[in-house]
Amino acid sequence: MSLDLLTYMFIGGSFALYIGIAIWARAGSTKEFYVAGGGVPPVANGMATAADWMSAASFISLAGIVSFMGRDGAAYLMGWTGGYVLLAMLLAPYLRKFGKFTVPDFVGDRYYSSTARTIAVICTIVISFTYVAGQMRGVGIVFSRYLHIDIEMGVVVGMVIVFFYAVLGGMKGITYTQVAQYCVLIMAFMVPAFFLSMQVTGHFLPQAGLGATLESGKSVLVTLNELSTELGFDQYTQGNKTTIDMFFMTAALMCGTAGLPHVIVRFFTVPRVKDARISAGWALIFIAILYTTVPAVAGFGRVNLIETVNGPDNTGVEYTQMPAWFKNWEAAGLIAWADKNGDGRVQYQAGDAFDGGKPMFSEGTGEYGERMTENPSRSDNEVYVDRDIMVLANPEIANLPDWVIALVAAGAVAAALSTAAGLLLVISTSISHDLMKKTINPNITDKQELTYARLAAIVAIIIAGYFGINPPGFVAQVVALAFGLAASSVFPVIVLGIFSTRMNTQGAISGMLVGLGVTIAYIVYFKFLGGTPDQWLFGISPEGFGTVGMLLNFIVAMVVATLTPAPPQEIRHIIEDIRIPRGAAEAHVH
Amino acid sequence: MSTQADSARAYWRENLRIIITYMVIWFAVSYGCGILFVDALDQIQFFGFPLGFWFAQQGAIYVFIALIWAYVFSMNRLDEKYDVHE
Repeated sequence: MSLDLLTYMFIGGSFALYIGIAIWARAGSTKEFYVAGGGVPPVANGMATAADWMSAASFISLAGIVSFMGRDGAAYLMGWTGGYVLLAMLLAPYLRKFGKFTVPDFVGDRYYSSTARTIAVICTIVISFTYVAGQMRGVGIVFSRYLHIDIEMGVVVGMVIVFFYAVLGGMKGITYTQVAQYCVLIMAFMVPAFFLSMQVTGHFLPQAGLGATLESGKSVLVTLNELSTELGFDQYTQGNKTTIDMFFMTAALMCGTAGLPHVIVRFFTVPRVKDARISAGWALIFIAILYTTVPAVAGFGRVNLIETVNGPDNTGVEYTQMPAWFKNWEAAGLIAWADKNGDGRVQYQAGDAFDGGKPMFSEGTGEYGERMTENPSRSDNEVYVDRDIMVLANPEIANLPDWVIALVAAGAVAAALSTAAGLLLVISTSISHDLMKKTINPNITDKQELTYARLAAIVAIIIAGYFGINPPGFVAQVVALAFGLAASSVFPVIVLGIFSTRMNTQGAISGMLVGLGVTIAYIVYFKFLGGTPDQWLFGISPEGFGTVGMLLNFIVAMVVATLTPAPPQEIRHIIEDIRIPRGAAEAHVH
Repeated sequence: MSTQADSARAYWRENLRIIITYMVIWFAVSYGCGILFVDALDQIQFFGFPLGFWFAQQGAIYVFIALIWAYVFSMNRLDEKYDVHE
């Protein structure tokens, strides 16, 4: 059976499953639409949270990032998992006890202020849209590479699917499709990892395989270090970033993770406070299965890539002899080769092969049939490899069977769709619930609110699809912004709201504004206005600056709160109430 | 009424103590072993990994899982003790 047919079967089959679940789990009330009726078992919620959280970035890009960054990739590995410890201990149980539908709900009620609520709504919407554009793009890339249809068409197909189950089913539909999507994506990630690990090291478990000793008598990591230094890269197990930057970046990613609205809202869906804690535990187990495998996939992938491209004796392989995957990805524009020394062989080493980092393709093909480019650099490196292809190309590089490749394609789509659906739901809830119901017109009925929620979901899907088809050049840059925003605004304001009885409106609003302002200014300056790394404050990269914004938020909020009147008595009662688990079920019915 | 408030305060204090204990471990394995002292730990070999590298890319994540579950069990016990469980 051909690879194309297999891919259609895997992706088509998984879509049929998602739609089936969506029809079975239609939402009939706003409570079902927003929080799945509040009756999701903790294991299922853990799985849904894992699928919600693991996006196209985790599935497709993370192994590539680690593969090319070496040890520094740990900022993402620890940052994107350590946040769950914060969620489980500092946020999830109390927000569940509070028992409303959204993050702005909590901020608005706890700080008795519609200004605070509105700031939270804006943060929620900006964070979620930033994220969702990347997901739609991920779907598009997979479709165009494996099904040979246009990226545009791929995005439209993805939109229709998400539309179907997010609009029909709301949180209830999303939760149960996410459970299915988790199963698809984790299989798709683990099966090739098991194969790779067996192939490279003889160990079944990739986590152990990365530490194994190869036939050559050297361990995988030593081999990687030797290959890397030979080709002029830094040692794989050595860090390149400064300690302070690693520290701040990891903290920004952790606190950002804990402050992401689409993750927080998942903890509103379980029946009891206890279940909120338990489902955080399950979520992290399900996430860690993938995240602890990532370093192994990254390491094996890198060894395989270098050995395939440079050949066993490291002199380069003739372009005409390169395997099919090399040319397929070249056709997709994610690999490029410029024969700088004119020997017809592909030679990969450190340095930018193309000026500005990325190749600019021109029309026509060169002497050996390679795609021509306009900007080969003076570096001796001849190959550009987009790090996003690492996971997708790995099974092909390792010559795994076709069904594994088809499975990976279905997994990537599952990862992208599950996250997109969670984000779209948060956006539509923010609009229908926080803006329409709570701010503009409190008199609308439950039915009307549900209609608004569905309309908002439709509009959000169309906007997200537009960004997927016409990606703004800044998608990669704004991811730093999403985490920076969450870490510097949403996270501190919720933590203070639970752990400080003295925190009041004035403190919360000034803290959020200072945190947001500083973080946005720093990121915009360095990402868009041409700031250079030598100007970084204390050597902290824009990715890590959310931590500074967060610290400022905490400090400003606490100083302002002590200088202004304490919150009213009924707010103190709310705080005392959310700290005690008993009564969560009743608290949910308002 | 006041005993109930006292009990709620005591419950909260114990909760905070548990949180602080686990957060210290959380900080030590990730920011400590994985970032601040990573180079020193890399001198030690651990199942084929330099130990600092292992903490940064694997070990910290396992400890995170253990911490959340430890918190789940500690809190379940505490909820029973103060009779605030659901």
